[in-house]
Amino acid sequence: MKIRSSAIISELVDRWLTKVATLIAVYVTFRGHNAPGGGFAGGLLLGAAFVLQFLAGDEPSIRRRPIRNPEMLLGVGLLAAFGTTLAPLIAGGSPLESYIWKLDVPVIGEVKFVSSTLFDLGVFAVVVAVVLMILRALGTDGAGVSAHRGRAASRDQGGAPR
Amino acid sequence: MMLFVAIFAQFAVGGLTLVGLRRRPALAAALGVVVLACSAVLVAARGIGGAETSSYSVRWLPILGFNLNVQLDGFAVVMALLVSVLGAAVLVYSLAYFEHDGTYARFVGLFMAFAGSMFGLVLAEDLFTMFVFWELTSVWSFLLIGLNDKSTSARQAAVRALLTTGAGGLCLLAGVGILQVQYGTTSFSELLTAGPSGNFAHAAAILLLLGAFTKSAQFPFHFWLPGAMAAPTPVSAYLHSATMVKAGIVLLARTSPIFADVGVWRWWVVVAGVVTMVLGGWRALREVDAKLVLAYSTVSQLGLLTVLFGVGNRYATYAGVAHIVAHAIFKVGLFLGVGVIDHEIGTRDVSKIGAARRAMPTTTLAMVLSLLSMAGIIPLLGFATKEKALVALLDLERDAVGVVALAGVVVGSVLSVAYSIRLLRAVLRSDVAPERSQVAAHSSVDADHHSSVAVRIALSGPVVVAAAVSLAAGLTAATVGSWLVAPSKSLDVNAVSKLALWPGINDALITSAIVIAVGAVIGWRAPLSQSATSAATGERVFDGLYDTTMRLAKRITAVTQSGSLPIYVGVTLLVAAGALVAGLVIDAPRLTGGVSWGSPLEALVSIVAMVLAIGVAVARPRFAGALFLGGVGYAIAVLFAMRGAPDLATTQLLVETLTIVVFLLALRSMTQKTGTHVGWTPRVLRLGIAVGVGIVVPLFLLAARASRIRPSPAQDYFARSLDEAGGRNVVNVILVDFRGFDTMGEIVVLAVAALGVVNLVRRAAR
Repeated sequence: MKIRSSAIISELVDRWLTKVATLIAVYVTFRGHNAPGGGFAGGLLLGAAFVLQFLAGDEPSIRRRPIRNPEMLLGVGLLAAFGTTLAPLIAGGSPLESYIWKLDVPVIGEVKFVSSTLFDLGVFAVVVAVVLMILRALGTDGAGVSAHRGRAASRDQGGAPR
Repeated sequence: MMLFVAIFAQFAVGGLTLVGLRRRPALAAALGVVVLACSAVLVAARGIGGAETSSYSVRWLPILGFNLNVQLDGFAVVMALLVSVLGAAVLVYSLAYFEHDGTYARFVGLFMAFAGSMFGLVLAEDLFTMFVFWELTSVWSFLLIGLNDKSTSARQAAVRALLTTGAGGLCLLAGVGILQVQYGTTSFSELLTAGPSGNFAHAAAILLLLGAFTKSAQFPFHFWLPGAMAAPTPVSAYLHSATMVKAGIVLLARTSPIFADVGVWRWWVVVAGVVTMVLGGWRALREVDAKLVLAYSTVSQLGLLTVLFGVGNRYATYAGVAHIVAHAIFKVGLFLGVGVIDHEIGTRDVSKIGAARRAMPTTTLAMVLSLLSMAGIIPLLGFATKEKALVALLDLERDAVGVVALAGVVVGSVLSVAYSIRLLRAVLRSDVAPERSQVAAHSSVDADHHSSVAVRIALSGPVVVAAAVSLAAGLTAATVGSWLVAPSKSLDVNAVSKLALWPGINDALITSAIVIAVGAVIGWRAPLSQSATSAATGERVFDGLYDTTMRLAKRITAVTQSGSLPIYVGVTLLVAAGALVAGLVIDAPRLTGGVSWGSPLEALVSIVAMVLAIGVAVARPRFAGALFLGGVGYAIAVLFAMRGAPDLATTQLLVETLTIVVFLLALRSMTQKTGTHVGWTPRVLRLGIAVGVGIVVPLFLLAARASRIRPSPAQDYFARSLDEAGGRNVVNVILVDFRGFDTMGEIVVLAVAALGVVNLVRRAAR
């Protein structure tokens, strides 16, 4: 299955794409509060990068990397969102109430942090985890389509997404 | 506040045992005994002698008006003392009864959690608080009945008990809801002032009664209690005779003054109580297993208590309170005594337990005393309280209800004397040829176990103490009786009476003498080794209902969940479109106006989207269909961008990209082309649905747009976004703050869907 050009692409993708994409995705997530972006978009962006990596590379690459255990990520994301929802109750507020902290950081200047950013990070994590889980379930021949392996493999040569 | 601390401490010990002290259950049990003893002291110190009732409240959900309110009035003091003192006694007993393994740790944990719940239940000042603890006791009871989780019958009994008491709990909740809505309170004292009447009061009364009857095993819900005897003896002794099954009685005691005037109340209570008392007594007379005899006798005694609290007579309330105490004491003694015999000689068969007499003279003597108290023989406490019950019932008006109550209780009492005497004969029987080999084997195995004095004391101690208390309280009946006046008065201000060791010759005493004579003859002549009767009718009816429900559920599922994707989609679309059509037809709204036209480019993009959509429908290869679908999505993303919604456009673009990939991955394992014929319905109909939905939805959107009468909530969000949520991007602020709950739900759906995909694929792969 290995074609030379594909190997070059996959190497590039392996080396750079995920790192850059992660940076951009996190940036998109954080800027979401004031400009277009946010947890959904950021998560999908990183998910798309993983998809690209998956399509470019060999099938098991999605297992080795980038996140071994997307179920864990899913749980962490849900917990972060639940936690942000419920935390104000402890402080005597109403659920999901936003708290705004402003810090003066030298050089950078004033940094504003809103508690709902944590919520957005939870959304981000959940979206990334969902993409990875679906990719792993449907995209790995071993787990996903072994029942139809013969037929699927033969078709992979032709119209399959490579 | 200290009361909540006591409740909490009991729960805490329970939780600690289940989590931290699994390997040191004995230590946990000792801790539990200490906590229960402290609770008892606290209750006694706070509750006895104080002029005014102390009450406390914890805010729980103030928005909904739900608070936990507890009070320490006279009745609560009596019940709380029973719960904590008997709990400590049973826990001491359990130390010697169980092997100290993981099961025992679980027992101690659940037991303490139960004690905390029951403690809260008896202290509850309003129905809502009572309901909360009520449900908790049901859950702990379920877990404790099924403590031996390897036994199928124990698990079944646990499920029966849970479903029965759980259904009753739901009835209780409904009743509480009605009262809360109708009278704005569920507090006992405030409800008494409100004096409910009318249809709602009737409904609430019936629902509360259903709750009480299921919990306290009243006919026709009595069947779960004997089944619950699958639990270890300490559980049976504590939950299923002394405390939990009294929860229904406590509810009756608290609510009887409120609903006494509601017509159905007295009839229901008296008939259910009388039937239960007689039925339980009859079954107790026929059972062979000593534990089941005691279980049915509990059913029977609960019937008596129900009658006493239900008739709403000032003597009867007092007699009820007194008999709760008497019953708890002698029944705990008896259960634990049977447990000792079972532990020592390995049988509970009434024709064999006489063999234990020689080995354990003290325990046997104690059991005899408790049995005499149960039979109501002078000079034990049971005599004084039973006597008082008869006095109260003889004092009733001779209307139909009064006569039924009196006659039923007399018959029931004859039976309870009879089964007590039968059990007495079984315990005292000396002509039993004990199965030597069995006994010997049993004792040699546990030789060192038995030689331990501490074990013996821990096992027989509570039995002896219970019997001694029955006797001492009987001898000092007048004093004990005077302690019980305040508790009765806290239930019913008119309640008066006293206990006496020797009441003098009166109607009640003569009745009682006749009852004892007849009962003793029956009991003495009743055979000990009756062939075991088949499963109780109630149990069979329950199982029938259970199986029928399960079958029905399966059939409904088979009909509604056919597994055909086209049918699901078709039904969903039809229902949604139907609702929209109904809205359009009924309201006949304007369809024009409110739509702003954009640039001509928008029209172009829209046409592209439409063409692509048609492509989805007509393309035969699935692969092409998926691509067309993605194209539609991209076109829509472009429209979003043109209308100035970058957030939506970005997200849409990314989602479409990922969706196409996922589609293609999934398509690898499907046939390449869509099927030529879909079996479920003709092509015309499918086309009709598609076109119809395609017409109705846009029409509705136009109508919705045209009928706006208020400014969009977005205006409000724009104004508040930066100040309140600290963000300039309103779309994002809506997602994570203003409508954060929606997002919460969405990501949960997303997570569940992903897990579903993973598991479906895994399943298909097998």
